[in-house]
Amino acid sequence: MPRRVARPEPVGAVADAPEFDVDLEQVGAVLAEIDPHGNLIAVLQRAQEVFGFLPEPVIDEIARLSGIPASRIYGIITFYAQFSTEPSGRHKIFVCHGTACHVAGATRITEALQQELEVGDGETRADREFTLGGVACMGACSQAPVMRIDEETYGNLSADQTRRIARQLLEQVVAENGGGADA
Amino acid sequence: MPEIGTPASASDPVPADGVKVGVSTAANGRRRVAVCAGTACVFAGSLKIHDAFVAEIAAAGLQDDVEVSIIGCHGLCSQGPLAVVSDGDTYYPRLKLKDVTTVVAEHLVGGAVVEKLLYIDPATGERVACAHDIPFYKAQTRIAPLRDVGVINPESIDEYLVRGGYEAARKALTTMSREAIVQEVLDSGLRGRGGAGFPTGLKWKFAAGSPGDVKYVICNGDEGDPGAFMDASIMDGDPHAVLEGMLIASYAIGAHEGYIYVRAEYPLAVKRLRLALLAAAEHGFLGDDIFGSGWSFRLKIKEGAGAFVCGEETAMIASIEGKRGMPRTRPPFPAVSGLWGKPTNINNVETYSNIPWIIGHGAAAYAAFGNDTCKGTKAFSLAGKIVNGGLAEVPMGSTLRHVIFDVGGGIKDGKQFKAVQLGGPSGGCVPAHLLDTPVDYESLAATGAIVGSGGMVVADDTTCMVDLARYFLQFTQNESCGKCVPCRLGTKRMLEILERICAGEGREGDIERLETLAVTIKKTSLCGLGQTAPNPVLTTIKYFRDEYEAHIDARRCPALACDALIAYTVDPETCTGCTLCAKKCPVDAATGEKKQVHTIDQALCIRCDACRVACKFDAVLVVSGPEQIAAAVRAQGG
Repeated sequence: MPRRVARPEPVGAVADAPEFDVDLEQVGAVLAEIDPHGNLIAVLQRAQEVFGFLPEPVIDEIARLSGIPASRIYGIITFYAQFSTEPSGRHKIFVCHGTACHVAGATRITEALQQELEVGDGETRADREFTLGGVACMGACSQAPVMRIDEETYGNLSADQTRRIARQLLEQVVAENGGGADA
Repeated sequence: MPEIGTPASASDPVPADGVKVGVSTAANGRRRVAVCAGTACVFAGSLKIHDAFVAEIAAAGLQDDVEVSIIGCHGLCSQGPLAVVSDGDTYYPRLKLKDVTTVVAEHLVGGAVVEKLLYIDPATGERVACAHDIPFYKAQTRIAPLRDVGVINPESIDEYLVRGGYEAARKALTTMSREAIVQEVLDSGLRGRGGAGFPTGLKWKFAAGSPGDVKYVICNGDEGDPGAFMDASIMDGDPHAVLEGMLIASYAIGAHEGYIYVRAEYPLAVKRLRLALLAAAEHGFLGDDIFGSGWSFRLKIKEGAGAFVCGEETAMIASIEGKRGMPRTRPPFPAVSGLWGKPTNINNVETYSNIPWIIGHGAAAYAAFGNDTCKGTKAFSLAGKIVNGGLAEVPMGSTLRHVIFDVGGGIKDGKQFKAVQLGGPSGGCVPAHLLDTPVDYESLAATGAIVGSGGMVVADDTTCMVDLARYFLQFTQNESCGKCVPCRLGTKRMLEILERICAGEGREGDIERLETLAVTIKKTSLCGLGQTAPNPVLTTIKYFRDEYEAHIDARRCPALACDALIAYTVDPETCTGCTLCAKKCPVDAATGEKKQVHTIDQALCIRCDACRVACKFDAVLVVSGPEQIAAAVRAQGG
């Protein structure tokens, strides 16, 4: 979802993450279930569950096994918002931008996260620690504005509270990385 | 069916004034603490409250006497996390972990209602103990789609059975002819609850009359309107009602296979539907020879992958077939040629969940609710600037005023009602002078809005109607599948115009340009997405043209919401120099010495609202309009 705030400039300390290794064996069971009669979306969903995104070798393998041209599979991947061909961050942050959250100030929640975590909306930080995204509606309208960080949910947020939560997350990431990562 | 507890059977008379919320004693006769596990309550931390009840009850040695159970959305989401104790259906809202200890000690052990934790009626200031006495619930008529939502544990088929579950399907499959079922649904007057309002019985009649051995039933659970959560609450609060409705439909039209298509963002609904499918199959309500009738029916769940347009029936069919979810021309309608080219019946979640009640109680009982054109009841989700945010069921034809003020409790924080947005991106805004409009398909269409799937988002005087229109256009522009040029490009152009108006760069003639584009897009798009996408813009221009003009002509946002047109300044008369704004400002725009009047640097300010929220003296002013801003900046001396 396009937003009005420009992507913050990285401070420079955010290091690039290493290349991603794809082991097709990890999705052997998923790929074995390909049925040309309509379960392609389910197969893609399950493959994405394994890797967190859809790596090119996996897409090529699905094309080979199903006989569906890779171009058509890409057509499907790019049509649905759920699919990604880029690896996502270790921590996934989703801000709800449903109508109720919008009128309750969801834009300011996203802005606060962009600034604190140094990540653009709809993007993954270069060190692959954070992915920030928006969701059309999580159905928790009475707690608006709401967001989800991994499995944890937060409601009735203010921009200030969001900044505090983001700073705690940063501290946690620094601690996990032995204090070596940027803050 | 297991004979446990005191069943409220499907043949119970319709309650005189409708409402039956809360929980009675648990199915096994034990006392019960029911913790709401609807989405909003889960966001508010209800699962931790649930676990705390389990632990505290065990610590008190009451585990054999008191059962802790989850329930689906109880309705009054703005009071979450909440729990209902079966003694008198005592209602405990906004629970904190320490409150759990108190409820266990004083209520469950001590036998006394915890007065200080009870709900306070904002209208009277008095505490209300019993869930049924709370005005939000009393003003509703919960008979059909929400009859068991928030009452039963959605993960227990036994609780559904105790309430008469699957009795309607048994009646339909073992005692009724297909024609009689279709006729019953026709006579009930039920119309599609997904928004279009097409008579459900007619849809069934077409599908039943289509020749072919292989047919399908599909449940549309792709509730995509932002701000709407009725279908989610039904799927995760009473999944068996959907299954039972589909089972009856499958028999009526002659389909042995069905799909429930669930929106990607509803993991809880998927989880509970899966559990429900397993339990129903174990009880023989799915599979072969159901109720010994010889009828077989199999049901699968399809998880959506995130595309709003898949709520359109032909797009949904394409998506189930594993393709890009793009709509196609109709006819042929799905009833003739649907999934894999076979006759297919598609109804929405709420539509199916009405069916068991209609078959159980008869068409006439259902048609007794509602008005001339729309029968029965309808579920609505209430959100935005409303006191009682949550889930409500009212008879069709109730006025907007009834829903927003009697059920919804009016506007939050003593502010003024400005408009209610109905039907999400396909719908429109209805202003205050039309609050007595009855909620039915025809009356709302006459205002320019729609019933839609039932999402109501209330706006107060701090909501900018131009920004709201821009928000919806951004949504539909993003979700347009791109097949029809007017929708793909037209919505983009409309969005660009709205963005520049909100940015203070509106031009003369922009309103007329929007209107021209809107009419063209509506006329020339293939599916409902394009045909309705301009509605939010058209209705806001119709009822709030002055706001558009203020943005364009005076560069002023009357609601003080559009960032580019507003400024934050400090009122030197009221500022006490407490330094709180300076502490909260993330960009050091607010500065000042202790006990001295502070100022906000306009060049640095990002309009994040943190200072205004923080200020305890209302000394941070928000102003709009070039002259007003200049005057306020001069006044603060910055």
